[in-house]
Amino acid sequence: MTGGDPNRVIEAVWRIEAGRVIAGLARLVGDVGLAEELAQDALVIALEQWPQSGVPDNPGAWLMLTAKHRAIDLLRRRSRYEQKLEEVGRDQERRHADVDAEAALDDPFGDDVLRLLFTACHPILSTEGRLALTLRLLGGLSTEEIARAFLVPEPTVGQRIFRAKRTLSEKQIKIELPPPAEIPARLASVLEVIYLIFNEGYAATAGTDWMRPSLCEDALRLGRILVGLMPKETEVHGLVSLMELQMSRIAARTGPDGEPVLLLDQDRGRWDRLLIRRGLAALDRAESLGTLGPYGLQAALAACHARALAPEETDWERMAALYLVLGHVAPSPVVELNRAVAVSMAYGPARGLEIVEGLRAEKALRDYPQLPAVRGDLLARLGRTAEAGKEFERAAELTRNERERTLFRRRADALQPDK
Amino acid sequence: MRYMITLSVIARPDTPPPGELMEAIDKLGEEATKAGALLDNGGLAPSTEGARVELVGGKLTVTDGPFAEAKELISYALYQVRSKEEAVEWSSRFLKIHRDLWPGFEGEAAIHRVYGPEDFA
Repeated sequence: MTGGDPNRVIEAVWRIEAGRVIAGLARLVGDVGLAEELAQDALVIALEQWPQSGVPDNPGAWLMLTAKHRAIDLLRRRSRYEQKLEEVGRDQERRHADVDAEAALDDPFGDDVLRLLFTACHPILSTEGRLALTLRLLGGLSTEEIARAFLVPEPTVGQRIFRAKRTLSEKQIKIELPPPAEIPARLASVLEVIYLIFNEGYAATAGTDWMRPSLCEDALRLGRILVGLMPKETEVHGLVSLMELQMSRIAARTGPDGEPVLLLDQDRGRWDRLLIRRGLAALDRAESLGTLGPYGLQAALAACHARALAPEETDWERMAALYLVLGHVAPSPVVELNRAVAVSMAYGPARGLEIVEGLRAEKALRDYPQLPAVRGDLLARLGRTAEAGKEFERAAELTRNERERTLFRRRADALQPDK
Repeated sequence: MRYMITLSVIARPDTPPPGELMEAIDKLGEEATKAGALLDNGGLAPSTEGARVELVGGKLTVTDGPFAEAKELISYALYQVRSKEEAVEWSSRFLKIHRDLWPGFEGEAAIHRVYGPEDFA
C-alpha cells in the first residue's frame, strides 16, 4: 500500500471490519466489553505495525487473528485462580486452536453480527445506551464521533457505553439471537435504534456540522447491513426504504440560507434519483414479503411523494388511505393530523378540517405547532382568513424553531393585513 | 460521502477472465452491498456500442464507437462511505482479486468523490 496516511487507511479498514471483528470476538469470549477491548488492542497493534509493514492483504482476518491471540494472552494473564482459568484458557485454545483467523471471521450468514446487534439493542438498556453502543460496536464510530453527532460531551457518551456494557454483564445477557417468539419485539427495538439514529441526523441536516447529518448515512448503512442479515423480514426492508426515500430529499430540504423548504415546495430536481430508485425497490421487496408494518407504511407514504415528478401529480387518495391504515397499525394523533392533510388534498379542505376539529381536544397535540398550522392552512383555503390568521399566530407562538416561526408569522401577517 | 469508482484496463491477458474471478467479483460485490457501502455498479460494454458527443468551437459532433484508447473503461461502482480511504480500501480489494485470479491483468481504479448535500450545507 503506497500513498495515503497509514492512520487514515487503518481507520477506514477499521470502519469496514470493526463490526465483524467485535462480533466474532464476542462469540469467542462471550462478553461484549471484553470483545471490544480486544479489538481495540488489535487496532493499536495495527497502528504500530502497518505503517512499517504495509496493510496486510486481508486486514479483517489480521485484526481478528491478532485480537484472538490477545484474548488467549489475557485469559492466561488473568489466571489469579490459576488452575481454573488455565482450564478456560486451554478450553478456549482447544476449541479454537484449529480454527484459523479467517475461519473465525468467516461468518457466512452474519450470525455473529446479528447476535451483536440484538445484544447492543437489548431492551434492558436505556435508549441512549443502545444508540451509543450500536454506533460504537457496529458502526465503527469512536466515542468522540458519537459525542459530536449527538451534541453531548465525550465523557457522557463514554459513560453511556460503559453503563450499557456493565448492565449487559450484570444482567448476564447472553450474546445470542432471541428465541423465535421474541424476535418481533426484539427486532422492533433494533429497528427503533436504527431509525432514532437516522432521525437524529435528519433533524440536523440544516446545521453547520456535517458530522450530525452523516448519522443518516450511518443509520442507512446499519439498515442495509440488517437487510443482508434478515432478508425475509418485511419491516427491515420497510425501514430501509423509508430511510432511502427520506434521505433522497436531504439536498432539497433547505434553501440557500439554510431555511427549511416544505416538501411540496421543494425542487424535485434536487431529489436523489438513485436513492429513490433504491427506496422504491426496497418497498417492493417489503410488499412482496408480507403485510406492511409501520415502517413499510411510512415508506409507502414517502413513495407517493417520490413517484410524483411534480407536487400536483401526488396520489393523495392513496396517501389518505395509507394514513388510515397506519393509524390502525400504529395509532397516533400526529398520524391522524397528517391524514387530515392528505384528505384535504384529495377531497377538499372541508373534509380535512372535519378530522382536524376532532383532534383539537387531543392532549398530546395541545402544544404541537403543526396542529394550528394545519388548521390555519385549511381555514385559509376555505376563505375563513381571520380565523386562519389567528391559527398561524398560535403556531408561531408554539414552535421552538426560529425559522419555522418566521414562516408562520409571515403567513399570519399575509392573512391579517390590517393588524 | 459518495464516491464513483471507474475501472479501466491497462493490459488485458490473452486468456478470458477465469470463472473464479467472476465468482470473486460477485462475492466482493455482495460483501460490499451487505456492508451497506456499495450503492450501485455495472459493467460497461466495449466502445463499439457507444458514441461520443463533442462540443468544440461551438460545433456539436457525434461520433460512433469504437474508440482507440490506452485505457478501456470497463466498469463503474458507486459507494457510500465515510472517507476516501474507505473507497480506496474497497477498490484495492477489487484489484487484489484481479491480481490473484487473472495473472497478467493490469488495470486502474479511478476514485472520484461525488458532490453531495454536505457540499451545499
